[in-house]
Amino acid sequence: MSRIEACFAAMKAEGRKAIVPYVTGGDSNPSVTVPLMHALVEAGADVIELGVPFSDPMADGPVIQLACERALEHGTSLTDVLAMVAQFREQDQTTPVVLMGYLNPIEVMGYETFSKNAKAAGVDGVLVVDMPPVESAGLMAAMKAESLDIIFLIAPTTSPKRRKAICEQGSGYLYYVSVKGVTGSKALNVDEVGAYISDMRQDTDLPICVGFGIRDGQSAAAVSKVSDGAIVGSVLVNQIAELANTPGKIPAAVAGIVKEMRQAIDA
Amino acid sequence: MPTTDNTQVQLPDENGHFGQFGGRFVSETLMGALEELEEVYKKLSNDPNFQEEFDKDLAHYVGRPSPLYFAERLTEKVGGAKIYLKREDLNHTGAHKVNNTIGQALLAKFMGKPRVIAETGAGQHGVASATVAARLGLECKVYMGEEDVRRQALNVYRMKLLGAEVIPVTSGTKTLKDAMNEAMRDWVTNVDNTFYIIGTAAGPHPYPMLVRDFQCVIGRETKQQCMNQIGRLPDAVVACVGGGSNAIGMFHPFIEDESVRMIGVEAGGHGLETGEHAAPLSDGRPGVLHGMRTYLMEDDNGQIIGTHSVSAGLDYPGVGPEHSYLKDINRAEYVAINDDEALDAFRTLTQVEGIMPALESSHAVAYAMKMAKEMSPDQVIVVNLSGRGDKDIHTVAGIDGIEM
Repeated sequence: MSRIEACFAAMKAEGRKAIVPYVTGGDSNPSVTVPLMHALVEAGADVIELGVPFSDPMADGPVIQLACERALEHGTSLTDVLAMVAQFREQDQTTPVVLMGYLNPIEVMGYETFSKNAKAAGVDGVLVVDMPPVESAGLMAAMKAESLDIIFLIAPTTSPKRRKAICEQGSGYLYYVSVKGVTGSKALNVDEVGAYISDMRQDTDLPICVGFGIRDGQSAAAVSKVSDGAIVGSVLVNQIAELANTPGKIPAAVAGIVKEMRQAIDA
Repeated sequence: MPTTDNTQVQLPDENGHFGQFGGRFVSETLMGALEELEEVYKKLSNDPNFQEEFDKDLAHYVGRPSPLYFAERLTEKVGGAKIYLKREDLNHTGAHKVNNTIGQALLAKFMGKPRVIAETGAGQHGVASATVAARLGLECKVYMGEEDVRRQALNVYRMKLLGAEVIPVTSGTKTLKDAMNEAMRDWVTNVDNTFYIIGTAAGPHPYPMLVRDFQCVIGRETKQQCMNQIGRLPDAVVACVGGGSNAIGMFHPFIEDESVRMIGVEAGGHGLETGEHAAPLSDGRPGVLHGMRTYLMEDDNGQIIGTHSVSAGLDYPGVGPEHSYLKDINRAEYVAINDDEALDAFRTLTQVEGIMPALESSHAVAYAMKMAKEMSPDQVIVVNLSGRGDKDIHTVAGIDGIEM
C-alpha cells in the first residue's frame, strides 16, 4: 500500500477529512522549505503538495507565479526540490509528499531519471499541471515502474467522457478544481462542488480532494464536508510573500493558518 | 482555411501532433475550452457560409490579394537571384496578422462569444485583434508585456483608440511569453463568454492548425502570382520566424513542391554565440511550453530563459510546432540573422525601393540578400514582407541616437 493510500485509508477509518497544504519549494528561500514542511505536519497537514518552481506557470494565478519567481531567484531546481524531500524524509517517514509542477523541468531531467530520483528521495506522487492523460503515456510508465502515484486534475469544465478516462488513469487521489479560473481565484460555490463530486463518485473509488479558492477555516470546513479533503495554496503562499524578508517567521505563521483550518474541519 | 492545398499534408494528427511536436499540454482547466474550439472549427471550416464570409472579409476589408512585387533595384544592388516581395505590409493594419484575426474573430462570432482577448509582442497582433473587435462590436482586452508597452507606445495608443483595453504584464520577463501566460489565465477564468485570439501558429492544439489555415492565403496567392508573373514556382521562399505564423502561411502550400526551398529566419539578436537571441530552432532544444512540444530556449533545469531581439515580434523563446517538425524532417531550413544585419536590411530596402519593412520582416530581407548573391540571375526568391516598419521608427531613431 502506498503512503498516500495508507494515509487516506486511515482517515476514512477514523472519519477524518484531509487537509493538504501547497507550498512552492525554495520559496522564499531554499532553507525555509524543510522546516516549513515539518511545521505543516505538526499543524495537522495530512499530505504535503510541494511545488516545483517553473518560469511560466500558466495555470497558476499571480500569487504562485511570484512564489516561483522568488524560488528561481535562488536558482531552486527540480534536483534541489528532490533534495528537500530527501531531507524531510530523514525525520518524517509517514506523511505523503506530492510534487506539483509543470512538465518541462521533468522533460529535461528525463522521465526515467526523474522517477528513480523522486522515488529515492521519498516522493509519493506527482501532479504535472500541464500534462493531461492523453500526453502522459511515457511519464506514467516510468512512474509506475517506481510505484509512484500520478495525480490528475478534474475541472468543472471536464466532459463526462474525459472525466471517466482521468479517473481510470489517476491514482493516489483526484484533485478537483472548484472554480473556473487559476489558483487563488474567487470564492467557490460549495453546493455546486458537492453536486459535482457526488456525480464523480460513480466513476471512481479514489479519494477526491478539492482545491482553488479555499482561503480560511470556514471554506476549508465547508469543502471537506462534501469531499475527502481540502487543498490550500495561495493563502499560504501569500503569507510566505509577506514574510519574505523575515524567513525565520515563515514556518510558524504558515502553520498557524493550517492549524486554524484543521480545527475548523475537525469541529 | 482548409482547401485542397491543406489536404495534401495531413498534419496535425487527431491529437494535434506534428510528428513528436505540438499536442495539447495544458491544465485540465483549459481542456474543455480547447475541445469546444476544435469541434466548432471542424464544423465551420467545412461550412460554406463561414468560408464565404472569410473570403469576403479578406477581399474587401483586408484588401487581398496582396501584390507580389519584383524588387528590381534591390535585385540589381545585391546582384544574383531576382528578389520578389510578397506585400503583406499592404494589408489593412499593416501586417499579415489580420488574416488570422479576421478568421478567429469570425469563429468568436459564430460561437456567440461577446468578448475576445489577445496577447501581443510588437503590438501588431494586438492592433489587428482590436481592429476586428471594433468592426464586430466585441469587447477586447489585449495583454502586453510591460517592456513591450514601453517599446511600442504607438501601437499601444492605436489599440486604445480602437476601443481595446491594453493590460501591461509585469510578471516574468515582461515580454510576449508572459503576455501569453496572462491571456491564458484570463481565458481559463472567463471561458464562458470569451474567445482567445492567439496571434501566432503556436500554443495548444487546435491553434497551430487553425492559425496556419487562416494564414495559408499568403502562400496560395504567392503560388498563383508566381505562375502568372514568372510562369513557374520560385526557387526559394523566405520568411521571418518568431512564433512563425507568417512563415507557416507562406510555407505550407509549398510543402509538396520539393523544388522550392523554404527558409525560416530567426532572430539572432546579438549573435547566436552570445546566447542573447531568440532563435530556438537554430540554438535550442525540444521541450514543453505554452501547451505544445516544440523547440525552446531553456536552461539546464528546464526553465525558460529570457530572449533578445531588436524586434519585439520575434522576441519569443518558443516556435510554432509545425516549424519544429519541418526542421526535423529537413523540409525547411532555419537560419538566424543578427540585429545589425536586420537593421542594415531595413535601411537598404527603405532606400532603394521606398518600402519600409517591419524589423521582423527585415530579418527575412537580410537573409534573402545574402542568399541572392550566391544564386544566379535566372533564379527567384520570394520574401514574405510580413509587415510595414512605421511602428519601428522609434526604435531605429533611438539606435541612431535621435530623440523623437
